[in-house]
Amino acid sequence: MFNHIKEETMKKTLTRLTILTLVILSFVIVSQCTTGNKQVVGTSDAASKVYVAPGEYDEFYGFMSGGFSGQLSVYGLPSGRLFRNIPVFSVNPENGYGFNEETKGMLNTSYGFIPWDDSHHPELSQTDGVPDGRWIFINGNNTPRVARIDLSTFETDEIIEIPNSGGNHGSPFITQNTEYVVASTRFSVPIPQKDVPIDTYKENFRGTLSFIKVDQATGHLDLNFQILVPGFDYDLAHSGKGPSHGWAFFTCYNTEEANTLLEVNASQNDKDFIAAVNWQLAEEYLAQGKGKEIEAEYYRNYMDHAEHRSKTEIKNSVTVLYPEDCPGLIYYMPTPKSPHGVDVDPTGEYIVGGGKLAALIPVHSFTKMKAAIAEEKFIGEAGGIPILDYDATIAGEVTNIGLGPLHTEFDGKGYAYTSAFITSEVVKWKLGTWEVVDRIPTYYSIGHLMIPGGDSRKPWGKYLVALNKMTKDRYLPTGPELAHAAQLIDISGEKMELLLDFPTVGEPHYAQGIAAEVLMDKTTKIFPLEENEHPYATLSENDARVERDGKDVHIYMTTIRTHFKPDNIEGVKVGDNVYFHVTNLEQDWDIPHGFAVMGANNAELLVMPGQTATLLWQPEKVGVYPFYCTDFCSALHQEMQGYIRVSPSRSNIALNFN
Amino acid sequence: MILLVIACGGKEEPKAAEVPAADRPLTEFQLEHGIGPVTEMQLGEIDTALVSSGKTIFDVKCVACHKTDERLVGPPLADVTQRRSPQFIMNMILNPDEMVKRHPEVRAMLATYYVPMTFQNVSEPDARAILEYLRSLAVQTDSQDQDV
Repeated sequence: MFNHIKEETMKKTLTRLTILTLVILSFVIVSQCTTGNKQVVGTSDAASKVYVAPGEYDEFYGFMSGGFSGQLSVYGLPSGRLFRNIPVFSVNPENGYGFNEETKGMLNTSYGFIPWDDSHHPELSQTDGVPDGRWIFINGNNTPRVARIDLSTFETDEIIEIPNSGGNHGSPFITQNTEYVVASTRFSVPIPQKDVPIDTYKENFRGTLSFIKVDQATGHLDLNFQILVPGFDYDLAHSGKGPSHGWAFFTCYNTEEANTLLEVNASQNDKDFIAAVNWQLAEEYLAQGKGKEIEAEYYRNYMDHAEHRSKTEIKNSVTVLYPEDCPGLIYYMPTPKSPHGVDVDPTGEYIVGGGKLAALIPVHSFTKMKAAIAEEKFIGEAGGIPILDYDATIAGEVTNIGLGPLHTEFDGKGYAYTSAFITSEVVKWKLGTWEVVDRIPTYYSIGHLMIPGGDSRKPWGKYLVALNKMTKDRYLPTGPELAHAAQLIDISGEKMELLLDFPTVGEPHYAQGIAAEVLMDKTTKIFPLEENEHPYATLSENDARVERDGKDVHIYMTTIRTHFKPDNIEGVKVGDNVYFHVTNLEQDWDIPHGFAVMGANNAELLVMPGQTATLLWQPEKVGVYPFYCTDFCSALHQEMQGYIRVSPSRSNIALNFN
Repeated sequence: MILLVIACGGKEEPKAAEVPAADRPLTEFQLEHGIGPVTEMQLGEIDTALVSSGKTIFDVKCVACHKTDERLVGPPLADVTQRRSPQFIMNMILNPDEMVKRHPEVRAMLATYYVPMTFQNVSEPDARAILEYLRSLAVQTDSQDQDV
């Protein structure tokens, strides 16, 4: 995303880093040592602050997006220990997600089966503006989607595709009670899609701001409405809270509506916009029938919990609101310059823009914005949307913020923390006075930053995690590709203190954090067998069997320490579709069984206690093939094995098993 | 945790009451009736409805490892009510982890059977039903013996 910045400024950045290093040397009174030519700063006190003794628990869960891995990683904080990678928009041979018959439907889209995406922003569900630990949402940029992960199972529970979007970057930011998940398109496109010359951009390209309704009982997602907006690049979003609850804010750049060489052509205007949307008013307009149904094909995939398998719903239309039909629905607040992040402080009063190409942070006031709207302090309009007067909405500007300010989080004690990409630092400043009170370098080129609850009404303002884009010399080298670095910073005191570096998976783009006690007691340990309604479940070993239906062979198999039933299968032929429907009869926590058959075409199965999972195997060669349990389960794990005999396609060997 | 604190303090001997439950030797009662939630029981005549629901649960949660008449993964169970007290059987179903760890006779069975008994998410009423089913097996075995 910042290639233009990277290339132009890398040398400058390094020079600045050298200066910053000198600054550290003069300020920080800590033990220092030098390895090679690299400065290492650390204190034994820092070590004790991140040490979680064996058998003890971390204080926070940290959820970091996997960026281009399409996953979501779960860490402990302050230790930085990695607990799990949750596959979301990616297949995972480790547990069969996206490969097995139950979960491959989760990756269905109107473009077919898409087993990859670029997942940027995790966002915890909230109640009354406080993270509640029900779900975490994450966006897929590339084939626009939003996923919901269940935080009792830590599994992807639902994925909805976003139509009329060219890249779902400004997503999935939630409203204060998780009424909606919002999604804005980064790339404007012809809506509906059509074959037009690219240089007719201004005429034909539009953006959309989408509002996905969340069912409070099930979490199910429903694309409630979209707002059709001018063809800018809608970058990021955050919803209002407290007094600004009912509004959502979206940054945009490329108000120039350039379609080529954007690094120059989209950097012309001194100010772009933050779009302020009154979504409660949108609900009124919808109730009045102001929405127009337009054709749009998109998919919604969700896990049926009773059946342990995904279902797909194909939608064919979406309701669109047009700003010109809906006065008061949306306003543009001018914001310098190509703003990136938009962050709302815990009180809900201040709307902080990330100036990206500006050397300051503009902070809008919600109160002033409302007054400016009431007094119609407009300086023009764009696509039927009134543009407010900058001076009428601005509460203050934070200067001396560093170069490339991107994102801001809050500690709940009146301070804000902004990442500055170009100068590679976190800058701490005071809400209301706008004065910078502290700054700390990051290694290197910070993008997002995260304070647990730091975009909510009640931040746990103890730690900050810097999510850095470049790693360079921070770890042992591993060839051209390096792990991205996260850095844990103590923000409990007046001065920020760097505590820990830790590597991450993929690109930790944005992250969320939540106190461990909110989540840990509601983790799912097993799936009760008596609730398993999978149509191919085998709930008693007495029912284990093999059935043929034409070319399809269904093996109803059970696992328990330490055997499969059946474990000898004959009568399968070359050309058959062999479905291993494996039900794990265990009802004890942490006893999954794995299933692998020689020559399996894609992945293994990893079956949780009480769950049923299905591997499709299409044997191509005659022979006798072993299968075995892959997940070490007991002292006799190595004995957990069996054989399946594959006969020639014209043979008349009868089905036979034991 | 208590031990750790004391270890840091370093002087006092731990009192009996402070020894963690898991490290205490079993009482006579526990040796006979097992370790777990079930201590007192009154058994009456065999309840056929309960036997039937017990068999249904047994067929889902137990048959993968237990047959009634011969060893499978675990021991055969037709005569288990003659070998063990009803409390022992229910505690074994409800609290197998602790039984395997602490009860010397159960621990010794590991050397024979290798695989520790697992908790199958059985509720206390369901365990009671399984017990009734096992009792009915013992009665059948008795009457068969008499026939012979």
